[in-house]
Amino acid sequence: MQLTFHVQGGDFTRAGDASSQVKKTLKLLNIAPAITKRVVVALYEAEVNIVAHAYRGVITVDIDPVRIVLRLEDEGPGIPDIEQAMQRGFSTASPEVREMGFGAGMGLPNILENADRFHIDSVVGKGTTLSISVNLQA
Amino acid sequence: MTLQEVAQFVEGEIVFGAERAQECVEYGFASDLMSDVLTQKCSNFLLITGLANIQTIRTAEMSDAQYILFARNKKATPEMLKLAGDNDMVIIQSPFSMFRTAGILYAAGLKPVY
Repeated sequence: MQLTFHVQGGDFTRAGDASSQVKKTLKLLNIAPAITKRVVVALYEAEVNIVAHAYRGVITVDIDPVRIVLRLEDEGPGIPDIEQAMQRGFSTASPEVREMGFGAGMGLPNILENADRFHIDSVVGKGTTLSISVNLQA
Repeated sequence: MTLQEVAQFVEGEIVFGAERAQECVEYGFASDLMSDVLTQKCSNFLLITGLANIQTIRTAEMSDAQYILFARNKKATPEMLKLAGDNDMVIIQSPFSMFRTAGILYAAGLKPVY
């Protein structure tokens, strides 16, 4: 099964809509709650990152019997130093993002903690693609 | 601790989901930082926060936190209440500070998540 969502940068009123729909779908598919929580926490952090940092993005969710694979491809400023961005506490978020309760440099580390596989590709001035995979079985 | 007791201890009010006032909650976590909330592994805890916006409800949804207590007299907007309703949540509001709210509930037996 594949799901696709379009995300608009800066639109905090709708940030999380895609993650919410994915959570409801995983519940209908009887995916274990602990696995679902890992998927949606990682996806929500990544979705908020698109809203906070990019102009727009596309989320693709592939669900098969073995794993759930999330791909978040955005058009935006990109990440100049991925290693630095992965450090807990490092953030370039705006005051508006911080007012929403994010931007403390925890998003990417949270994604890493919940993913079985996590990879970032980024081109400065073009955009960033996150690939996140969560196994359905140990 | 029942949700009704939670509301009484912090001189608050259940503003959404009052019909579930007798449900019990065992654990609480207090934060204004949503990424911090998203690190919590347990479910069905009481989220105590002074951050009242739509992302607070979304964060609670992703964290499997059914119960939210807004401290320091923060009010949930109609849009937030609708989203809370869509996700079977209970919302409590208290005029007390987050520190005072958490302290009272901890002293009354609400357990910390860690």
